[in-house]
Amino acid sequence: MRGLAARLRIDWRASVSLVGTIVKYLSLSLLVPLVVAVVYGDDVWVFVVSILAAGAIGLSLEHLDPDPDLGPREALLLVSLAWLAVAVVGTIPYLLAGNGIPFLIEPSAPQSTLAHPVNALFESMSGFTTTGATVLGAISLDRHSHAVMMWRQLTQWLGGMGIIVLMIAILPELAVNGAELMQSEAPGPELQKLTPRIVETARALWLIYVGFTLLYILILYGLHLAGMAPEMGLYNAIAHGFTTLPTGGFSPEADSVAAFSAVVQWVVIPFMFVAGVNFALFWHVIRGEIDALADDPEFRAYAGAVAVLTAITGVLLFRGAAPALELGGATEGVTENALRQAAFQITSLLNSTGYATSDFVEWGAHAKLVLLFAMFVGGSAGSTGGGVKVIRWIIVLKGVRRQLFVAANPNAVEPVRLAGRVVDEESVRGIMAFTLLYLLVFGISTVLISLDAARIGLGLTVIEAISASIATLGNIGPGFGDLGPFGSYLWFSDWSKLLMVGLMWFGRLEIVPVLALFVNGLDGR
Amino acid sequence: MRVVVIGAGEVGRSIAANLADAHDVVVVERDGDLVEELTYSLDVLAVHGDGTNLDVLREAGIDQADMLIASTDVDEANIVACGAAKTIGDPFTVARVKRRDLLATWKNAEGAFGVDFMVCTDLLAAEAIFRITGVPGAHDVDTFAGGIVRMAEFEVTAESEIADQTVSQADRYSSLTFAAVFRDDDVLIPTGSTRLTMGDRVVVIGSSDSIREFADAVAEPGDEGAEEVVIVGGGEVGFQTARLFEEHGFRPKLIERDRERARELAEQLPQTTVLESDATDVEFLAREHIDEADVVVSALESDEKNLLVSLLADRLGVERTIAIVETAEYAGLFETVGVDIAVNPRQETAEEIVRFTREGQTEKIAMLENDRAEVVEIEIGEGSVLADRPIRDAVGDLPDGVVVGAISRGGTLVTPRGDTVIQAGDHVILFVDTSVLDEVTDRI
Repeated sequence: MRGLAARLRIDWRASVSLVGTIVKYLSLSLLVPLVVAVVYGDDVWVFVVSILAAGAIGLSLEHLDPDPDLGPREALLLVSLAWLAVAVVGTIPYLLAGNGIPFLIEPSAPQSTLAHPVNALFESMSGFTTTGATVLGAISLDRHSHAVMMWRQLTQWLGGMGIIVLMIAILPELAVNGAELMQSEAPGPELQKLTPRIVETARALWLIYVGFTLLYILILYGLHLAGMAPEMGLYNAIAHGFTTLPTGGFSPEADSVAAFSAVVQWVVIPFMFVAGVNFALFWHVIRGEIDALADDPEFRAYAGAVAVLTAITGVLLFRGAAPALELGGATEGVTENALRQAAFQITSLLNSTGYATSDFVEWGAHAKLVLLFAMFVGGSAGSTGGGVKVIRWIIVLKGVRRQLFVAANPNAVEPVRLAGRVVDEESVRGIMAFTLLYLLVFGISTVLISLDAARIGLGLTVIEAISASIATLGNIGPGFGDLGPFGSYLWFSDWSKLLMVGLMWFGRLEIVPVLALFVNGLDGR
Repeated sequence: MRVVVIGAGEVGRSIAANLADAHDVVVVERDGDLVEELTYSLDVLAVHGDGTNLDVLREAGIDQADMLIASTDVDEANIVACGAAKTIGDPFTVARVKRRDLLATWKNAEGAFGVDFMVCTDLLAAEAIFRITGVPGAHDVDTFAGGIVRMAEFEVTAESEIADQTVSQADRYSSLTFAAVFRDDDVLIPTGSTRLTMGDRVVVIGSSDSIREFADAVAEPGDEGAEEVVIVGGGEVGFQTARLFEEHGFRPKLIERDRERARELAEQLPQTTVLESDATDVEFLAREHIDEADVVVSALESDEKNLLVSLLADRLGVERTIAIVETAEYAGLFETVGVDIAVNPRQETAEEIVRFTREGQTEKIAMLENDRAEVVEIEIGEGSVLADRPIRDAVGDLPDGVVVGAISRGGTLVTPRGDTVIQAGDHVILFVDTSVLDEVTDRI
C-alpha cells in the first residue's frame, strides 16, 4: 500500500479519513431500519449493533488524518474507496441477521443465504449501486425481517442519487473538492453545475429526488387507501419508493411488481421512466424553463428509445411472443396487457431498474433479444440510471457518422454537434474510449463468468452468461434463465460473485479516471 | 449577492477566488480549457462564452446579478460587457481598463459607457509603487481613514535594530501596533513575548510618523528613503509612476529604449529626465551613475527583463529595487532571489475591485501575502460586538486571528490598548486572517 501510494503520489490517509467521515454519517441511515425493527418487534438488536459498529468503524478511520487535504487524485481515490467501504459496512446487518443470535439459534433453523460474507457483500453492493441483482434464496417477509428488507431497499435509495452527492449536500467541508467528487460519482460524461455553489447543486438534486420519492409513495399508498391496490400497504409503498427512483429494482415481494394490480403497474411505469431522466432538467423545469425537457437531445433520444422499443415489444407480445404466464398473464391478442407488459419491461430494463411484471425468461428468443438490446442503452447522464448512458450512444453514433462522411469527403471539416452546440474533440474521444472500454469489460466478464460456471458444473447458457455480465455491469439486476427477475444469483461460485461485485462498482462509478490513475501509476509515468 | 465575473485571467481569477466564499460567483470565459479547470478548482459556476454576447450574459444570469466585474485583458471588451449587461439587467458594473485616457473619459461623465466604477490597472500599480517607495524598507504600504492611519509590512533583516528582540522590546513607538508576523507559511498574532527573527515579515499599523520612525529602525542603515528615483521602461506603468513622482516634487529619471516613445514621454513629463537607452547596457548604467539611485523601478513589458534589470541594479549597489511582476506566482520568487519588492498590477486591481464588492461593510481593504490576511477599515455601528466596551473584553467574542490596529475617531488617531473603549461611529482598522474574515465582518 505504502509503496503504491508513494508511486502514485497520493496522500491516501486523507482519502481514507474522509471515507471514515462518510461511513460515520452513513451509520445514521441505519436508524430507518431500526425504527422499522421496533415497529415490527423483530431484529432490533441487529440494527442497534450495526449502528454502533458502523459508527465505530467510521470514527476510527476518521482519526487517520485529523485535517485531510484533498487534491484531485485523493478525490478520485476517496470516491472509489467510499463506495467499497459503504458496501462493506452495508453487510453488517445482513451478517448479523443472517447468522441469528449465536446462543439462541436453533440447530434446525436454516441460515439465511446472507450469512455468508461474499453473499452479503454481493447483496450490499447490488443495493448501493442500484443494481438489484440478488442472492437471497427466498425473497419473503416471513423468511427475513421487515427491518432487514427495509435496509436492503434503503441502500438502493442512498446509492441512487449518490452517496458522495448526499455528503456534499450535508458536509460543507467537502465543497472545496465538491466538483471533482461529484464528477467522479455522477452518471454520465460531464458534471453539470446548476448553481454557482456545488453544495447548492447537490442539495437541489437531492431535494428533487426526495420530492419525487415522497410523491410516489403518496400515490401508491393513496391507491391502497382507495381500495385499488390491496397489496400496497404502507410498508410496500415505502419499499417501492426507495427502489423505483434510484432505478434499483429490489422489491420485498418475491413476485416483484407482478404482485400488484394493473393500476399500480401503470403508476410504476412513469416513475421508472422519470428515474432515468437527467434530474438537472427537472431543476430547470421547476425554475420555469418549461421547454428544458423537450429541448434536450438526450431526453428526446431516451423517450424515443423507450417508445420505439415498447412498440416493437408490444407488437411481439400481441402476436404471441410469450406464453400465458402465471406471472404476467396472457398477452396474445390482449391489447392492454401486451402494451402494459411491453412498456413495463422495456422501461425497467432500459434504464436499469430491473423490476418485472412478467417472467420474461419464458418469452420467445426474438422478444428476449429486444430486451437484451434495451439493457445496453442505459439511463440519461445525471439520472439515477445505469448502463452506458443515452448521451454517450448519441455521441458515438454521431462520431461514427462523421467518420463515414469524412471518409467520403476527405477535405471536410466536420465537428460533432449536439443540439446545435459543438462537442469538443476531447470529449468525443473520451466518450468513444469509455464506450469501447465498457464493451471490452462486458466481453471479458462474460467469458470469465461462463468459464467459472463450467468449472463448478453450472449449466450456464450463452445468453445467461451475457445477461449476467451486462445485468451487473449495467446496474440492471435481473438477467435471463435462472438469473431472471424471479430467480437468484445464488448459484455462482464466490469468485464469480466477487467479479460481479467489481462489475457493479465499476459500472456505477464509470471508473475510468481511477483506472487511469492506477494504470499510469503502475507504469511509473 | 450574485456576482458575474467576465474573463478568468489572473485578475478575474483572483477576484472570483476571493469572492467565492461569501457570494454566488459566475465566471464567463472564452477559453474552454480554462472553464473546465475553473469548474473543478473553485466553487463557482463557469460559463463558456464571450462576455460581450447577450445570450452568454443571459446564461450567466445577469438579470439576477447584483454586480458585474469585467476584467478581461481587452479594455474595449470590458466596457462593452458592462454596457451590454445594463441593457438586460441592472447590476453594479465594474470595468478594468489598462489605458488611463479611458479612465479620464469615464471620469468626465457619471456612468459613461454603462460603467459604474472603473479601475485602471496600470495607474493602481503606479500608485502602489509610489506608496511603497515613500516608506524605506517597506514591502507593502497602504493608507486608511483618509490618510491618518498607515499599514506597512517590513522584512526583518539581520542588520535591523529589532532583529532578535521580543515585540515588547521593539514596541517603543507611540501610536504603533504590531498587528501580525508572517513566518514561513504561518500567520502569527504577536504577543509581548513573541521574538522577531530574521526573515520574519512584520505588519504594523499606526500613524504615518510612527510608521516612518519604525521604518528607519528596521531599514538597513543608509536607506534613507527615496530621493533619486530611476524608472526603467516607458510603458503605461512607467509613465504613470513617473507622473506621480513628478506631482510630488521628485525629479525622476526614466529610461526608455524606443526613440519615438522616449520623445513622447519627454514631451509629457516636464520634470523627468528621459534617457533613451537599453537599461541592460551595463556601460550606460555606469555612465549615468545609476548606482547612486535610491530606488530603481523596473516596469518593462516582461517579467524576466524586470528581474534582470533589478538584479543588475542590485549588483551596482542600488538601495531598493522594485519590479513589476505580471505573473503573481513569480512575485514571491523574485523577492527571494534579490528583488526587494515585487508589485503585481493584477493583484492591486483585484484588491481594488474586491474592496468595492464589500461596500457597506468595509471602507477599505488591503490584502497581504497573496490574500492570506487582510487589513480592513470598518465603521463601527451600534450593534457591533466591539461597540461601547473595552477591546480586551470584545476580543473574546471574536475568533483568533484578529487584531485591532488603530482607531480613527472624528478624524484623529486613537492608539488602541486593552482598556480602550470603542464607540459607535469610530473607524477601526483591523488586521484579519482571511480564514476568519467572514465571521469577523458578520459580528462587527
